[in-house]
Amino acid sequence: MANDEKIMARADSQAGAAGSAGTASKPHRLAVASESERVGVVKTYKLYVGGKFPRTESGRFYKVDDRKGEPLANICRASRKDFREAVVAARAAFSGWQNTSAFLRGQILYRIAEMLEGRKEQFVAELYSTGASRAAAKTEVEEAIDRLVYFAGWCDKYQQVFSSVNPVSSSHFNFSLMEPTGVVTIIAPEKSPLLGLVANLAPAIAGGNTVVVLASESMPTAAVSFAEVLHSSDVPGGVVNLLTGQSEELLEHFASHMDVNALVYCGTDKGQIKQLQTLACDNIKRVILRRQDRWDDDDSRNPYLIADTQEIKTTWHPIGR
Amino acid sequence: MSAAAERIEIPAFPDLSRVPRVDEVGIYERAARFRTRSIKKEAKMDALKMVLSMIDLTTLEGQDTPGKVRQLCAKAMRLDTSMEDLPKVAAVCVYPTMVGVAREALGDSGINVASVATGFPSGMTDLDLKLDETRRAVVAGADEIDMVISRGAFLRGEYRRVFDEIVAVKEACGDAHLKVILETGELNTLDNVKRASVLAMYAGADFIKTSTGKIQPAATMEVTLVMLQAIRDFYRETGRMVGMKPAGGISKAKLAVHYLVMLRETLGQAWMTPEWFRFGASSLANDVLMQIAKQRSGAYQSPDYFSKD
Repeated sequence: MANDEKIMARADSQAGAAGSAGTASKPHRLAVASESERVGVVKTYKLYVGGKFPRTESGRFYKVDDRKGEPLANICRASRKDFREAVVAARAAFSGWQNTSAFLRGQILYRIAEMLEGRKEQFVAELYSTGASRAAAKTEVEEAIDRLVYFAGWCDKYQQVFSSVNPVSSSHFNFSLMEPTGVVTIIAPEKSPLLGLVANLAPAIAGGNTVVVLASESMPTAAVSFAEVLHSSDVPGGVVNLLTGQSEELLEHFASHMDVNALVYCGTDKGQIKQLQTLACDNIKRVILRRQDRWDDDDSRNPYLIADTQEIKTTWHPIGR
Repeated sequence: MSAAAERIEIPAFPDLSRVPRVDEVGIYERAARFRTRSIKKEAKMDALKMVLSMIDLTTLEGQDTPGKVRQLCAKAMRLDTSMEDLPKVAAVCVYPTMVGVAREALGDSGINVASVATGFPSGMTDLDLKLDETRRAVVAGADEIDMVISRGAFLRGEYRRVFDEIVAVKEACGDAHLKVILETGELNTLDNVKRASVLAMYAGADFIKTSTGKIQPAATMEVTLVMLQAIRDFYRETGRMVGMKPAGGISKAKLAVHYLVMLRETLGQAWMTPEWFRFGASSLANDVLMQIAKQRSGAYQSPDYFSKD
């Protein structure tokens, strides 16, 4: 804020100087815009892939309107090749993230919450601009922050809850552990562009998976800004990759890519669900369907959401007898 | 190839002062152009198959075992069990001690056995040992010998010694084809690359090859372009075709296709066969297979479903 004032003050003094230095003596001197004429810097919303913010390779975009129907932003319309690159980035980041200690993963998730808290106003404004009421926007952002803290806490606890030592009738010590399934693709909910995203993203990365997310098609701005939060939160590049675009175009590839291990679909379209489940058969991806509208109740605030994208590994360890 | 009579004559030492300097900026610009070519659909499929047919499937590690070499040979003969009508690779490239194993495993499949020799990868042994190693590899059944030049001698300016070594190894090869590895990562400048290429070709190399794969950088498009141009100039001067083998660091199908574009536009159609162009690679084959599977099924592929070699 203080910085902004400084810049404006400097602009003012320059404008003043230009005015007084004279129309007569130096007629060709360029006019410096005064405060009222200042053209705002409009953010270019881009993709987030492998820890970088590239534009779509396809060069395509689509328009998003604000609450009054005025043009709000041009959004990248990601292509299947962008998706392919995102999966490559996610796969490359997987072994590192999987082997990051549970405690550190928790710290990093907590860090995301800290960063989001610091930029709360921006997110409230962004959600408001795409149609939410002020109050609803504020609740959504706060709930998203709390959800990150919630899953940050679970990072080093779900293993103890879900793992087991199994009684077997041979001389073996038999135990089962949770392991992340790998690369998870997430079709984020169309409504609730921030909380819905966080509610599905956080449990997946808390469990050590890397993800490729397709943001809400009609309200993608908050998601792209959330990528900036991730970027400044010690989340290694490639752990979360965020695409914007048309789900109709991209769904097929989210489901058919052989190097994707699980797919989380938030929505109720029966035709799409059937398509996804059919295509997912080729490499037996897990398909996790989340049909709810609300993301602020216990249905989306529980450790079973972490277990959804985990594989159970059982070990038979021989013991002497 | 030319008759045995030609090998008995001692090749003339080339006048290296007549080798033109390399325009480095021009080479980099030109090589960058090839990477912008877009090859799609049927043309891509044909190119991918051509890449497969030109691969020298390679394993050159201290940890190689007869079992691993047999496994690699099995893969060379049948690249992917789930896909029909794939070409076979051109050769399997191994250390001299593994030549016998590879020869037996490949049988009459038509796939050549290539062996590195002459103190690979450094080349820091005496000439009689190099010749002995070469002869042994040939006796054991190698169809192709990949020799390394003495980079130390080359960099000291002892061109004559490098030349004589290649001539001697060529003679020791008998009927086996000789590929001469320049190890361009140690030659420092493109001028040196060109000079070494000329030297090797005049000394009787059937192929010139960029790298051992043990030194970084290995094959790059720039270095390969310089060598291709040297081959073109040599062909114009002497009428003899020489093959090219970039090796090391080419692990993506797309890059390999760009190499083919470069080959086509530098040397022309005549060189676009496994007889005159090879890729020395270990992981390239799998990436090409993944691309072919993608073209056929429409779904992006995962390395999880392709055999590790």
